[in-house]
Amino acid sequence: MALTVEQIADEMYKQVEEAAQVKKKLKPGDLTKTMIKLHEDEGVDKKMCKAAIRELVNNGRCVYTYFGGSFIEIPHKEGASND
Amino acid sequence: MPKEYKTPMLDELEKGPWPSFVKEIKLAAKNSPMSNDLLGLLERSYNERIGHWKHGGIVGVMGYGGGVIGRYVDVPEDFPNISHFHTIRINQPSGWFYTSDALRTLCNIWEKRGSGLTNMHGSTGDIVFLGTKTDELEPIFSELTEAGFDLGGSGSDVRTPSCCVGPGRCEWACYDTLKLCYDITMRYQDELHRPAFPYKWKFKMSGCPNDCVASIARADISIIGTWKDDIRVDAEEIKNYDKAGMDIFNDVVLNCPAKCMKYDAKAKAIEINNDDCRHCMHCINAMPKALRPGTDTGAVVLIGSKAPIVEGALLSSVLIPFINLDDEDEREDFFDLIEEIQDVWCEEGKARERVGEFIQRVGMGNFLEAIGVEPIPEMVAYPRDNPYVFYEDYYDDEEEDE
Repeated sequence: MALTVEQIADEMYKQVEEAAQVKKKLKPGDLTKTMIKLHEDEGVDKKMCKAAIRELVNNGRCVYTYFGGSFIEIPHKEGASND
Repeated sequence: MPKEYKTPMLDELEKGPWPSFVKEIKLAAKNSPMSNDLLGLLERSYNERIGHWKHGGIVGVMGYGGGVIGRYVDVPEDFPNISHFHTIRINQPSGWFYTSDALRTLCNIWEKRGSGLTNMHGSTGDIVFLGTKTDELEPIFSELTEAGFDLGGSGSDVRTPSCCVGPGRCEWACYDTLKLCYDITMRYQDELHRPAFPYKWKFKMSGCPNDCVASIARADISIIGTWKDDIRVDAEEIKNYDKAGMDIFNDVVLNCPAKCMKYDAKAKAIEINNDDCRHCMHCINAMPKALRPGTDTGAVVLIGSKAPIVEGALLSSVLIPFINLDDEDEREDFFDLIEEIQDVWCEEGKARERVGEFIQRVGMGNFLEAIGVEPIPEMVAYPRDNPYVFYEDYYDDEEEDE
């Protein structure tokens, strides 16, 4: 059965969460490549992954961060911030 | 009462006849505590020879991954007004054409919500707002959007496309750079605001080979106007230049890199071998009333330049020798090719590897094969020099000879 964008977003979120636990940062490209590798047979393509990332960011579950490159992370208090 | 900083080191930079950023920060500091603290911090950095900025991070506006560059001071207790000093990049209008109303609107937003300091413009071309606090980001974005502006690019995304003034002000524009810049900006909105590439990606458009936006040295994709037919010559104007005392032979003909010009001093006439012309624009720049680009105009698309950051500088190489950007089919083919290149680069490129560096690593021949483009003789490392693609047929023939 084909996966929906929401399901892809949920699975991507889990990957981001797991990566954060081992202090690893994932790029949007990493998430896309993994999802296509895992679910290509279920109709997952770049366009769907793009839509899933957009959904994750638009609803605030994830944020873009920049540390020498752009990453997708779970919102957190920034170490460098002077709050 | 704002703290008064003694700035003897910075004061040195106000001396001399040229514009001074210190003078401008001091002017802003009269009304802006952020700018005042900035003066103090800069003076301290100059004395200690240590930068006190922390760069990057998590700040941004909802939904966007680009446009805001997080910046914090590592000594916030000494400079509390600039404990946050985020930079905002705003997508500039094509060719940097503004009304004074638009500029006033931008400055009003910024004086209310930031340091009041701007950089018009950043080296990529954006309007740059220097220094605001995290809490002000969403209100600034909202007010900018209401005024018809959007954020530009930052991080690993399509950076804000930029172009020269093109046909808006320049008679040498060989295509409508403003329109293409606008079209690219609109087409790649998602890629501009949501970083998904291995590293930054820049489009720059110049209307003629003078390349006023220096696209050949800075853009991943440089689109430079050119012409296919002959340079237009006004014989009467050549005579006028001669009459006015111009040394046409020494200053124009001898400076032609292709040596494709002859000057008949008696007849005061110029002859151009257009087949050998390298379209460098030197003669046209020297005698603008007498010489003009041809009328069969379009653009050459080049790939792979970058300024030195992670690795050294690269210049662009020819990818499409001539494209008519007014032709819908050719435009669509162009965009298809760009997307194919981005796909290959995203798939195989390393983190923080610009497309030019990627091409260097894998080799131009392999790269062309991966994007499905046939090598052609125009793809040369230097004009009128060796092609960097080795033709299999050529080797096959040689092998057969041996």
